[in-house]
Amino acid sequence: MSVSAMIPGSPERAELLQNAVKGRSLWDDARRRLMRNKAAVAGMIILAIMVLLAIVGPFLAPFRYDTVTKTDVWLAPLQGGHLIGSDSLGRDLLARLFAGLGVSLLIGVVATSVSLVIGVVWGAVAGYVGGRVDEVMMRVVDTLYSLPFIFFVILLMVTFGRNFILIFLAIGAVEWLTMSRIVRGQTLSLKQKEFIEAARAAGLSPWQIISRHIVPNLLGPVVVYVTLTIPAVILAESFLSFLGLGVQPPMASLGTLIANGTQDMEPAPWLLIFPSVAMALTLMGFNFIGDGLRDALDPKDR
Amino acid sequence: MLRFLLRRLLVAIPTMFLVVTLAFFMMRAAPGSPFVNERQLSPEVEKAVMAKYGMDRPLAEQYFTYVKGVVLHGDLGPSLKYKDKSVGDILKENARVSAILGLSAILLASIVGVTLGVLAALRQNRSIDYATMALAIIGVCIPTFVTAPLLVLAFGSKLGWLPIAGWDETTIVLPIIGALPRLANIVLPVTVLALPQIAIISRLTRAGMIEVLRSNYIRTARAKGLPEWLIVRRHALRAAILPLVSYLGPACAGLLTGSLVVEKIFQLPGLGKFFVISALQRDYTVVMGMVIVYAALILVLNLIADLLLAALDPRVRLS
Repeated sequence: MSVSAMIPGSPERAELLQNAVKGRSLWDDARRRLMRNKAAVAGMIILAIMVLLAIVGPFLAPFRYDTVTKTDVWLAPLQGGHLIGSDSLGRDLLARLFAGLGVSLLIGVVATSVSLVIGVVWGAVAGYVGGRVDEVMMRVVDTLYSLPFIFFVILLMVTFGRNFILIFLAIGAVEWLTMSRIVRGQTLSLKQKEFIEAARAAGLSPWQIISRHIVPNLLGPVVVYVTLTIPAVILAESFLSFLGLGVQPPMASLGTLIANGTQDMEPAPWLLIFPSVAMALTLMGFNFIGDGLRDALDPKDR
Repeated sequence: MLRFLLRRLLVAIPTMFLVVTLAFFMMRAAPGSPFVNERQLSPEVEKAVMAKYGMDRPLAEQYFTYVKGVVLHGDLGPSLKYKDKSVGDILKENARVSAILGLSAILLASIVGVTLGVLAALRQNRSIDYATMALAIIGVCIPTFVTAPLLVLAFGSKLGWLPIAGWDETTIVLPIIGALPRLANIVLPVTVLALPQIAIISRLTRAGMIEVLRSNYIRTARAKGLPEWLIVRRHALRAAILPLVSYLGPACAGLLTGSLVVEKIFQLPGLGKFFVISALQRDYTVVMGMVIVYAALILVLNLIADLLLAALDPRVRLS
């Protein structure tokens, strides 16, 4: 190596850097493994299509999701310009499906973000601080675990009304429990590592250690759990919609579409079939990615 | 073991207490009252009704009265909506249906799920493995409120093999559980409840089994010349179902306390549906009773799961 290669910006140095063996980080490795996993790639493609349909679809559909046409009641697919049929109020199912897909995906992402923030902070603080604080915080989690999910949701609904945004928050506020347990477990083992001790010796405050050293190292399991929480949240929302507590008409979500579909499945089976297929594909996409990520990030399987 | 049990029960007491307290005050903080939806009551009558149930007293006093009743007499109080019925009676009536459905579903799911999981692990990457994994994916991705109406449509309406909904009792009466329902009534609901569980159980069993079959003691057992079925049954299965045991605890609690969707679609008189109706009507005492039953079930089933784990895995120490 010539001396000039040590000078930043010199052509020799640029050449040296180009020929250097590229290091592979944990994340590069994980990405390569993920890309080799056929199911995970299929999941990503499915989801990409779903997201695209949810965003672009409403502009392409020939009808609006809430336009009631009295003459178009229960038209079978392909009749009267309705590509996949119309519902009991003569609304175009395709337009409603696009709208519902968007709402469900949005609820999935927003509610999961809420649960992510609460769960990670709660779990990391409990695990890092330990002792009495940990015991109290985990007792709170145990207690909330022992209350039925539907109890919370109904109470939140009757307290705050059937508000679209509150559905996000309600579901997110209930789904963080498992996340906090996972994060706490990981934090407990991370806390023993030398680099945390080094950070403490360097005089960092606990909050700095948690946010700069603990949380970034938790990303693996957290990412996996997030991809599995989103479908769980979408399911929870549909479940609420099925009970009439979720998204209110004329807005649609996959859950309300399926709920309406079950009511009218005898005269108009397409109202049940298309939303169900969309829901199954979406959930499948997330689950495939989640499983793929778990395999890709799990060092045991190397 | 006895010490472990005692310790766990002692820890459970504050948790139960917190659950009751939290549920009580959350319930009361929500707007609405159990008496508003009825025929417009005159203020005097409403006052009298409130006084009858002690609801004219300060909230803290009501809370202490309630907790005292539960702890000292095991009395969950009267229902506020169903006149002349106590919460205990209501729970008993409805729990029967949910318990029969839940138990049948868990049994079916465990038998089918473990069998499929073991077969898939033994024939890894063969057709039975792929079929099982496909079923596992379908079971997780298709929610019960889709499978239930589809099965009703197929076997109830179109083929006419099974009743669409309802709950008829036979003359067979078991102790504790009471009269059994007709088999035809529960085939569809139990299948719907079991499907997602089969998916999860078969996946857990397959993963556990594959890991265990690679371990040294299985190789030793093979080297000894033990027949394969004996290796699987006596050595591998025991270790492979460990993750399953910890999963089944909370899953059982969920199934036993009823599944709303299934009870709604098949019109079954179970706990789940009752819970939602009571919460919407602010039947405070019924909801509280339900919450207590659910929390107690979770605690007890988790405890059983831990004991079972210790019995199955000699490495686990109860402490």
